[in-house]
Amino acid sequence: MNEAPLTRGERWMRALAGEPATPAPVWCADAPLGGTRTRFIAVVPDERNRFVRARENVVGLEQGWLLARAVRQAIDEDAASARRRPIVAIVDVKSQAYGYREEMLGIHLACAAAVDAYASARLAGHRVVALIVGPAMSGAFLAHGYQANRILALDAPGTMVHAMGKDAAARVTRRSVEALDALGETVTPMSYSLSAFAKLGLLDRLITDVDADAPTAEQIERVRDALVEAIAGIDGSERDLSRRLDNEAARSTRAASIEVRRRLAAQWDAA
Amino acid sequence: MTDQAITAAPFVARESFIELGARERARALLDPGTFRELLGPFDRLTSPWLPLQGIVCQADDGVVIARGTIDGAPAVVAAIESAFQGGSIGEVAGSKIAGALELALRDCENGRPVRPVIVFETGGVRLQEANLGLAVIAEIQSAIVSLRRHVPVVGVIAGMVGCFGGMSLAAALCTRLVMTRQGRLGMNGPEVIEQEAGIDELDATDRLRIWQLIGGAQRVASGFADMLVEDDASAIATAVHVAFSQGVASPHRSEAVQRYLDSLARIDPATVAPEAMRAVFRPCAQQDACDDPACGQHAAPQANREESQ
Repeated sequence: MNEAPLTRGERWMRALAGEPATPAPVWCADAPLGGTRTRFIAVVPDERNRFVRARENVVGLEQGWLLARAVRQAIDEDAASARRRPIVAIVDVKSQAYGYREEMLGIHLACAAAVDAYASARLAGHRVVALIVGPAMSGAFLAHGYQANRILALDAPGTMVHAMGKDAAARVTRRSVEALDALGETVTPMSYSLSAFAKLGLLDRLITDVDADAPTAEQIERVRDALVEAIAGIDGSERDLSRRLDNEAARSTRAASIEVRRRLAAQWDAA
Repeated sequence: MTDQAITAAPFVARESFIELGARERARALLDPGTFRELLGPFDRLTSPWLPLQGIVCQADDGVVIARGTIDGAPAVVAAIESAFQGGSIGEVAGSKIAGALELALRDCENGRPVRPVIVFETGGVRLQEANLGLAVIAEIQSAIVSLRRHVPVVGVIAGMVGCFGGMSLAAALCTRLVMTRQGRLGMNGPEVIEQEAGIDELDATDRLRIWQLIGGAQRVASGFADMLVEDDASAIATAVHVAFSQGVASPHRSEAVQRYLDSLARIDPATVAPEAMRAVFRPCAQQDACDDPACGQHAAPQANREESQ
């Protein structure tokens, strides 16, 4: 029996939601959060997965479709009810699965199905929050977390958001890893740090002083409080992602995104 | 959603769509004389991030947004220019696509439908704008999911770059996809797979194997895209017209959760090959309705609900 240490996704799932109701690779459980039944979802390693390229905490074919199922199950169960349970995506995903079979069998659609489900939950009035506890990388983050109303992150070593792993990004852009890090200091969107991500107006809260690998009961309680607060702050009518541009940080770092939309609207209908 | 019989002109009379730039592609898809570019080169909205890295900008940041009509109905085309930074999505390029889709949504919600077309030609995120590229792709995806409830969102993947990375997810969210044999659709490009998983997993120089894996013919035969069309501008325009005439889809491919989980369960990863997987994944041949309970493509809205159990 392998006694591998818990991954961050596993650890925070158990800390916040208890025993998962579904097996690896996608853990899902409903648990009370601030007195409200909330759905928690995490991608966890699955060492016997049929798809050998998808045995770690990555988003592969089964992970994408199972994420979609976990989210859609909550949408369907709540469709007839006045209450839409909040959904918390616990994000600890190293990458999408890279493989020949994955491409053949449509990993792009599997990941799109997860994107679709999270966006549809938001459109249906579920308050969706992403809690970044580890890496939130590239296509895996698109599939699991990036469609949320709010994005929170632990300020801890190993939490990061990026479009490509550091080594690969260095190879592709023909830079050294050190040069890449230096560039991140001046070119904000190139940085791997959560504080730089916050400067882009994309992060709603950075939760400090938490040991991401071995949190104390007090630290878990603070994370729980942050989630409750984030969910309470989501207006029920907030269905799209426009808030990501409507904040102080975005007005300075994403001025181009805002200006593109302003001019497009002005030119949309012929004079 | 089956392969449409769209005949291209005799070879000598064809105008290659692949060889057209983004601006001319958008023009070819709109009714003659109706092309009107928004945020054109004279607006000079360029990437704020490339100059910081010593890279020369392009005045349209590699995306052309054009209004006009398709079959007389108001339309908007977002066409990605592969000649600039490989069609990669930076902040401005991606915001142009997202912003255009958001305005189309606004019009649809106000009872003025706009037909949206996206011409994909992209490797995904522009790595020099990394996190903002990823962020705007999430915004594009969100807009497609909202918009396709009102009106079909039609994607075109003509080649030669193809459609990869986060934008392959955006393509998968489209109501219908038109491809040529030269188009490729996949999440991870062959070079990335070889780099991440090794040459035993995939030899990126093995062209034939890659076309058989992610090329337009295979993607249509396996139901990941809807129409396979010759590389002819008027044939592709016709396919786009047909795609709109078929109306809003229900369920969308990306909603057919149980159908695809069942298909995956029937696959043996040890032996699966592109030819064999078609039988499991191929689209249902029935045009309107079918009795096959395993078919997720014609399920009524009620039946669709069962997919999430």
